[in-house]
Amino acid sequence: METLLFPGRAAKIRTATTNKKEPSRAMHILACVKQILDPEIATTVFRINEEKKEVVPIPGMSPVISPFDAQAVEAGMRIKETDPENIKLTVASLGTEAARAVLKQGLAMGADEAVLLADPAFQGSDTTATARILAEAIKKLGDVDLIITGRQAADGDVGVVGLGIAELLGLPAITFAKDVKAENGTLFVERMLEDGVETLEAPLPAVVTIAHELGKPRYTSLRETMKAARKPTQVWMAADLGLDAGVIGAAGARRVLERLYIPIKESRCEFLDGGSPQEIAATLAQKLKDAEFI
Amino acid sequence: MAGGILVITETEEGKPTALSLEMLGLARRLADGEGGGVTAVVLGSSIAGIAERLVAHGADTVFAGDHEAFAPYVADAWLPDVAKIAQETEPAVILLAHSTIGWDLAPRLAFRLDTAVATGCEAVEADTGKILMTRACYGGKAREQISFTTAPAIATVKSKTQEPLEPDESRSGEIAVLQSVLSPDQVRVKVTGQHREQEEGVRLETAKVVVAGGGGLGGPDGFKVAKELADLLGGAIGASRVAVENGWCPHSWQVGLSGKTVAPDLYIAIGISGAGQHMAGCANSGTIVAINQDADAAIFQSAKYGITAGYEELIPALIEEIKKIRA
Repeated sequence: METLLFPGRAAKIRTATTNKKEPSRAMHILACVKQILDPEIATTVFRINEEKKEVVPIPGMSPVISPFDAQAVEAGMRIKETDPENIKLTVASLGTEAARAVLKQGLAMGADEAVLLADPAFQGSDTTATARILAEAIKKLGDVDLIITGRQAADGDVGVVGLGIAELLGLPAITFAKDVKAENGTLFVERMLEDGVETLEAPLPAVVTIAHELGKPRYTSLRETMKAARKPTQVWMAADLGLDAGVIGAAGARRVLERLYIPIKESRCEFLDGGSPQEIAATLAQKLKDAEFI
Repeated sequence: MAGGILVITETEEGKPTALSLEMLGLARRLADGEGGGVTAVVLGSSIAGIAERLVAHGADTVFAGDHEAFAPYVADAWLPDVAKIAQETEPAVILLAHSTIGWDLAPRLAFRLDTAVATGCEAVEADTGKILMTRACYGGKAREQISFTTAPAIATVKSKTQEPLEPDESRSGEIAVLQSVLSPDQVRVKVTGQHREQEEGVRLETAKVVVAGGGGLGGPDGFKVAKELADLLGGAIGASRVAVENGWCPHSWQVGLSGKTVAPDLYIAIGISGAGQHMAGCANSGTIVAINQDADAAIFQSAKYGITAGYEELIPALIEEIKKIRA
């Protein structure tokens, strides 16, 4: 670990976990969740204001938890269920007050506690600033053994923050997990490859990012949702994390958005409909022959 | 461009991957336009002859690192050497593949070098001292062009977006054997097993023809007839996320943002609605033929030919017609 930006942090986390009285079982998992514009909205209602370089808000459309992050909570719950009494799952979100909704969803799925990072000074953070803020929050929690994020947020589709946290904290990381287990201080992951899967292991504390192949996140029952309302949510500001204003929010961002646009489709579709399926097929076959595909 | 371009290549079956050659083509064009050289890095455990291929495809300098810890890939093993080369060569741009290797390595490299990364880039351009990177966002519905206030700019490059150079065996380049700085205790992550699906027939990523099926196929049986058409055209079979999530076909068939990127000459989409996340994986195809009973499906906006008849009758008829033409 030659060029850690914050040297010594990894050691601190390790000390915190190894000092526990029952090192064999007790574990603290943190799932990071982001509130985003619903990624399933139809192309036909998706608009961009190119001048402001932003997505035009759609009236009545509620933001949602990024689907990969819901699966991060699901992955955390599957581990928690192996020993519910001794494994704690915390959900954290960097966002506005509105992000309480996605934290509630995580709590209703079974998480024990929530942390909301909602300082106006955080607004405009890019992936660098976001990873810094989350890394500081993890440091403040002190005893986190496993950090779980989605493989990417389904708005920016960037897929950097989880690995940024790992690098800032000097932790090993495994990406694109379809299956995650953690026991006896070791993380076991089945990781998606382009043409298959691989199995990996790493010592805890570690970071893992979740691929959609993990499977559907659990539904939240009314009973769990009502219970979730009584679970503790801490709200932390920049000052709570000892973060300098220059490294967070828009001031700390390195990414400059030069342009945001919807690509123009140039193709004009020629419909070959008309006649029986056999006639249509014959027309298409002829087109494919003319273009030398046959 | 002081420092030039650094390309972190990947290998497969003893050869550079097709995407690595695309990245070299992009690096060469950036370096020729702005000045500076192209440095390539290849890390692996049996990489003889690869450095020469990288030179023939546009690299001026190659660092070739042969180490048993380099294969199979883990970030812990690659990062110390890649970071050191980056620190020593001070490139303006670092290119990595948008793959399960490059996308795993690039963010860590960015944080280690105290700079930033753009993932899934479709274009990387130099413009009056700025590096402009264009990438899909919002599930493929939008594109953003971004730059960074820090250097080097790191980009993972999406497959099928760049032109590789024709290999030129007479190109000369410097090949340096990497003296690895890796110490075994830095490798915390261990690969304990790998299972790669044996792909039958034509490979999806390199196929000239792709026949892809989606939710409209209704089940695994629909894929049988789609596969028959693909085989007849000498093509590969692909699928949409919906079909994969329904368990109708293996994940390795998936085309789209979280699957494979393809750019065949002919893409036949059967029962695929054409959501942004799917089109992000096939929009660069030559000719798109869309077969979908929903005449308002977004796929028709990208298609050259559209058919709204049901596939159950149409595809067998098409297979018959193609056989007639061939006979």
